[in-house]
Amino acid sequence: MLSVLLARLQQKHRTIKYPKGSPPELPDRFRGRPSIDAAKCVTGCRACADACPTGAVTVADVVRIDMGKCLFCADCQAACPQSAITFTTDHQLAARCRSDLIVEPNRQGPPHEAALDGDLMKIFGRSLKLRQVSAGGCNACEADINVLGTVGWDLGRFGIQFVASPRHADGLLITGPVTQNMRLGLEKTLRSVAEPKIVIVSGACAISGGPYIDHAQSNNGSGKYMPVNLFIPGCPPHPLTILDGLLRLLGRI
Amino acid sequence: MVTLVNGQAVELEAIALLAPDAFQTIVADAVEAGHRVAALFGAATRQPEITQIFAVLVNAQRNRLHVVRTEVAGDRFPSLTPRCPQVHLFERELAEQFGLKPDGHPWFKPVRYHHSWTHRDAWDRPKDSPILPGVCDFYRVEGEEVHEVAVGPVHAGVIEPGHFRFQCHGEQVFHLEIALGYQHRGVEEALIGGPNARSIHYAETLAGDTTVAHTIAYCRVLEALSRCQKPARAQALRGVALELERIANHVGDLGALANDIGFLPTASYCGRIRGDFLNMTALLCGSRFGRGMVRPGGVGFDVDDARVAKLLRLIDAAEKDTSVAVNLLWETPSAMARFENIGRLPMRVALELGIVGPAARASGLPIDARSDQPSGSYRFAHIPVSTYETGDVFGRAYVRWLEIQHSITFIREQLRAIPSGSARDRIGPLMPDRLAVSIDEGWRGEVCHVAITDDQGRFSRYKIVDPSFRNWTGLAYALRNQQISDFPLCNKSFNLSYCGHDL
Ligand code: SF4
Ligand code: SF4
Repeated sequence: MLSVLLARLQQKHRTIKYPKGSPPELPDRFRGRPSIDAAKCVTGCRACADACPTGAVTVADVVRIDMGKCLFCADCQAACPQSAITFTTDHQLAARCRSDLIVEPNRQGPPHEAALDGDLMKIFGRSLKLRQVSAGGCNACEADINVLGTVGWDLGRFGIQFVASPRHADGLLITGPVTQNMRLGLEKTLRSVAEPKIVIVSGACAISGGPYIDHAQSNNGSGKYMPVNLFIPGCPPHPLTILDGLLRLLGRI
Repeated sequence: MVTLVNGQAVELEAIALLAPDAFQTIVADAVEAGHRVAALFGAATRQPEITQIFAVLVNAQRNRLHVVRTEVAGDRFPSLTPRCPQVHLFERELAEQFGLKPDGHPWFKPVRYHHSWTHRDAWDRPKDSPILPGVCDFYRVEGEEVHEVAVGPVHAGVIEPGHFRFQCHGEQVFHLEIALGYQHRGVEEALIGGPNARSIHYAETLAGDTTVAHTIAYCRVLEALSRCQKPARAQALRGVALELERIANHVGDLGALANDIGFLPTASYCGRIRGDFLNMTALLCGSRFGRGMVRPGGVGFDVDDARVAKLLRLIDAAEKDTSVAVNLLWETPSAMARFENIGRLPMRVALELGIVGPAARASGLPIDARSDQPSGSYRFAHIPVSTYETGDVFGRAYVRWLEIQHSITFIREQLRAIPSGSARDRIGPLMPDRLAVSIDEGWRGEVCHVAITDDQGRFSRYKIVDPSFRNWTGLAYALRNQQISDFPLCNKSFNLSYCGHDL
């Protein structure tokens, strides 16, 4: 018993103060929201788009990056001879609207409006119980969702909790590209959640298929099966990105 | 039979084509002599009715790998499993991918529930019918007071999907059968024709918590096939990243084990400390999971003195926190009582099933690719192999703790004496018509990648073996005669990957 108390003293109180205090420091090499400097682009160059593993970069009139497909690998940055693409450490990436995940030149954040509106906010704003469904992918997304439950992040203090049964849940948090083999499981779980319900998709896989875009065994994410209330980009999204998305959805930031 | 070392490429031609019975005899005899089958897989040939079968054998005593191959004409081949149980899943996979029937296989079921890559189906299912996961005959025990418990695919926690069936008598489990495949996303198939822009991202996401180990294995295959000498500095940094990955996961597992027995101090501290180690990986490369860290020819991110100094400081602090948090477990008799004699996997069974990693070492098998097939900086800095003999939950927990300590020492050594020079070399085109094998010790155990190139130097076959593929059967065995309520604890002590298995 004594050693338990001594350990308690040694480990200290470590729950982050965020959002009241400042967020935990991110490493300098962290790749958050990309930024595109259109002035540096040369016409006809497609180096970034050719380097991109998932087709997240498009070069039409200007270069655009779709954060919903992006793996944040920075291959495009490395390929660009003009250094027109850079990755900032901005972790605020989540959006209510799929199209708000498209980054255009010379447009920095600020993050898009993400709060639920009207009734949904009234119902879920103070207590949100989520059932997580892992529908393929590599499990890194789930690992960093689980982190939010540790003492360091303590998601419970915001009234957000992961529950065991869809019957107890207000909505789903989905990860993975929705493999053929998980489609039925996902659909049944969604059906088991009472209305009104919300759907949050986390990670490139769940938004677009991620590394498995257009595989016959994947369904390119959940979008075509159900309306989505919040998209959280990343491969995987950093816990801070997920927390930021959830809190903005509930109007807490 | 062709003999090579880890990270070496050989000409395909050098691998003699054996008759099927000679192939079987060689593999079975080698296993009886103490070798292990690291991989056994099929590869398509130009003629659709002919499939080649390759086997990679590991000779741990002598740091050698042996490759043999044979050919199957038509759609049947005699199963090797009755003589050599550790290939049971490899044969089922081979059957599923190529539609070949292994005659005499004792437990013949799909592995990942997908259509075969050929026009054949080993279970004679109609060509266009959908294939539903978990639809097969499960083992059943019948009789009075016998009942079946079915769980999943969607489990209660934030965790990957899988289906488990327990045959129980009261609380006692007679048998557990595990059906996976829900995470199957077709990675091996997608790698054919590569490498291309996406290939390395497949490697990084084969199993998200094993990014570094899989990416090292992948890059070493490319380096072998292009005769690239990667710089010593890169090797050291890869070693650091790999050991950080191991520590983070082991610490997380010790916390999760503590949580399952309701011992909350260790559970909550380890949950956080795991994050401290992940953040060290992020300090190296910006990603907590090591995305971007390992690249063909070296590493994607170099370090400077300031970064090394910061890492060393963080390691010191985290080491102290970890040892206080973990030692609480060993000092608490009520916690130990829940770990001891639970979920036993005897050494003989671990050997027969070809179990790898901490699970094998906890059953007394001294196998560890870092010392058996050392590559990179492990050739110069030896990490002691941590074994235990009880084969129970306690053994699997304790081996993790031993490994955490050795890994910390290794990281310190590497960082303090990091070789100078560049951290990445260019890699050239891949040689055509070659086979390359690359093995490393991921935190769950042996990660094995085998690539075969075509006459253009593209992948004609890319085989991946995640340690989970071998070890799930070990978990099923360990559950025999246990209380079903101990399943979560046993499961946690193996902590296997679904996606790494399902690919
Ligand atoms: S960082 Fe994103 S946009 Fe750039 S190459 Fe990688 S996946 Fe494509
Ligand atoms: S989005 Fe990326 S990290 Fe998440 S499951 Fe998919 S591959 Fe893994």
